[in-house]
This record gives sequence, C-alpha cells and structure tokens, in this order.
Amino acid sequence: MSTTAEARPEAPLPHGKPVGAGRGRPVGRFELWAWLFMRISGLVLLFLAVGHVLIMHVFEEGVDRVDFAFIQLRWASLFWKTWDWLMLVLALLHGVNGLRMILLDYVRPGGARRAINGFFVILGAALMALGTIIVVTFDPSKWPMS
Amino acid sequence: MAASLTPAEILNSSDERRVGATPLVTLTLRIRRFNPQVSEEPWWDEFTIQVDPYERLVEALHQVKWHHDGTLTFRRSCAHGICGSDAMVINGRNALACKILVKDVAPKVTIEPIRGLAVLKDLIVDMEPFFDGYRAVLPYLVNDEETERERVQTPQERERYDDTTKCILCAACTTSCPIFWSDETYIGPAAIVNAHRFIFDSRDRAPRERLGILSEKTGVFRCRTTFNCTDACPRGIEVTKAIQEVKRAVLFDRP
Repeated sequence: MSTTAEARPEAPLPHGKPVGAGRGRPVGRFELWAWLFMRISGLVLLFLAVGHVLIMHVFEEGVDRVDFAFIQLRWASLFWKTWDWLMLVLALLHGVNGLRMILLDYVRPGGARRAINGFFVILGAALMALGTIIVVTFDPSKWPMS
Repeated sequence: MAASLTPAEILNSSDERRVGATPLVTLTLRIRRFNPQVSEEPWWDEFTIQVDPYERLVEALHQVKWHHDGTLTFRRSCAHGICGSDAMVINGRNALACKILVKDVAPKVTIEPIRGLAVLKDLIVDMEPFFDGYRAVLPYLVNDEETERERVQTPQERERYDDTTKCILCAACTTSCPIFWSDETYIGPAAIVNAHRFIFDSRDRAPRERLGILSEKTGVFRCRTTFNCTDACPRGIEVTKAIQEVKRAVLFDRP
C-alpha cells in the first residue's frame, strides 16, 4: 500500500462530500443576505423615513399643507419619486422579512408556518406591485381633481 | 530561614476558611421536581438544611439526596466545574451548582432544570437535541494532509481560538437562549462556540464546510445577540462575540 499523499484516498466528511467541495461557491446563502439586508435597509430607512416625516409632517405648516396639489408638485421631480419608491420597497421587504423571523421564533415548523409565511409574501408582493404602479404611472392630468 | 509551610498549613492558616471553623448556616432549597411515574405535572419541594457557607451548592444538593430525599435526581460528575454535568437554573440564572457557594445564595435558593430541553426527571433533561447541534458542526480537526512532523502553529494562531477551547458542553449557554427555547432546531450557542474553535484553527482544512452548515436557516443568523449566553457561561467564554465572528466569517467567506 502506498503512503504518498497522491495515492491516499481523500477522506469524505459525514455528508459524503470531500473536504473543500464547492469551493468558489459563496458559503453564505439566503439567510446571510436576508440578515445583511435587514441591517442595510434599516440604516437607509432611518434616513428615508425620518426625512419623510420631517418633510410631510413637521416643516412649514406640516401635515396641513399636504393635498393633491402638493403631491403633484412633489412627484413632478424624479428625486422624490425615487425616494418614495425606495422607501416603499425597503420598508415592505424589511417588514415581511421581520415577520418571517418572528414566525420562525413562535410558530412550529410545518404547514401553519408555511401558510402564514406565504400569506405575508403574497401580501407584500401585492402591495409592492400596487405602490410601484402608482409611483411609476402617476399622471396628474388623468385625475379629475386636477 | 523561615520554615516552609505545607499546602494544608497554608489552607488552614485563615481562621475563617478552616474546615469546621465557620458556623453552619440555614439554607432552604426550593427545587422543581418532576417524576412521570408519580405525576404528569411537575411540583415544588422545599428542604431546609444546615450547611457550611463555604460549601458549594452541589454539596447542599448531596446533603438533601443523601439525608432527606433519596429520590432527588440530578447530574454531577467531577463537582469542580470541569465536567459540565450540573448546569441548572439557580435563582433564575443558568449556572453550575458546583461553582456557586452556599454563602452567596443563603438563606433561600430556587433550583430548576435548564430550559428548552425535555425534562426526564427532576433536574435531568434530555441532552440529545443539544448534542445533535454539537455533532452537526464537525467538532473535530479535519486535515488529511501528509506530514512528517507535528502541525506547528504560532502563538498568535493559537490565540485566535483560545477562548472557545474552554467550552465544557454544560449547555448553560444554549439553554439560556430564547431562540433555542422557541425552536430546538436552532443549532445553539454551544455548537457555534465549538465550530468557532475549529473554523479559526490554522491547521484545520474544513472551515468552509462548517461555515456552510452555520449559514443555514438553523444557524448563526437566528442569533439576535441578546447576550444571555455570554452571561450564562460558567467558563467566562465570550459566546456572543464568537457568534458574531462566525457571522463575519460567513459574510466575507473566510475565517
């Protein structure tokens, strides 16, 4: 029997794959990116949401000046459209993933967990689609109020 | 030249510490009992005993078992804080009964089994889910490279994982974790500590396998950094710090 390193069969790990298998493929999968997303979106939302509250509810007359004309004026700018859409997407993803984490904590694995999780994913996707359609297709001339 | 003292003479040189020199104190132990052959429901028992205040709590439990109620059941082996058998909830906190002095809990102490694992009898829990998590992280050195001599390591490389070599697998950390209480499939702080010990070992060749296992849904990203584990560890391991280092290693894909 040879004792050189080349001739020696590589001892497999318990899962049957040799040591170092899958190199080149990142180690972290969905849970890593979900975890990282929560941290980054949290920081960005802090800035976006606090800014939103100050602009819409605190500065000048505050909430009293918010009407259709105000929104029309605001959404004429791509900057504010992007701000609001980003806030919508980040807050929805952040919220749905947060609910998923709470479900993992409180609901036992199985059908109930999958059902509740699926409900929140569908609800989140529907709200995001609705919000995106409004932000992207908003045209004040098509609204009777203007 | 002064005569040198024997260790026993040094130990007995303080009046306070001399065996039998301290007056006994009264200690009431309130213990959560469970015996499925007696009752489906757990119950509380109280025992009041006289005990040396410098004895450890495990000796008070011995006194109860040997002189008051022989049916009281608990695990202990070395009774000196190394084997990790006698982790229990003492006055609401996870600790080893052999590392708590009677004087620090007298006149009354509440003792319960560690949480999150099924109680089999009194203070004995089923440790298998805990060891399942431990086994899952490959807690042994993986290195099949041929070598003519020992695998050398610099003091700095050894220092990298020094803290996590101290684990005695008592389960005090894992059973103090609220994530583990709610979901026993969570791999738990102790398994992550033991993965850390090999992930950051320069001689090991399977850190990516362990990082892959720990980045699953049951792995490190369930940790919510409540620090219960760090508080509970009787060996003083910075458990939460080790978990955060493993998270970072997964993020940057290298130990």
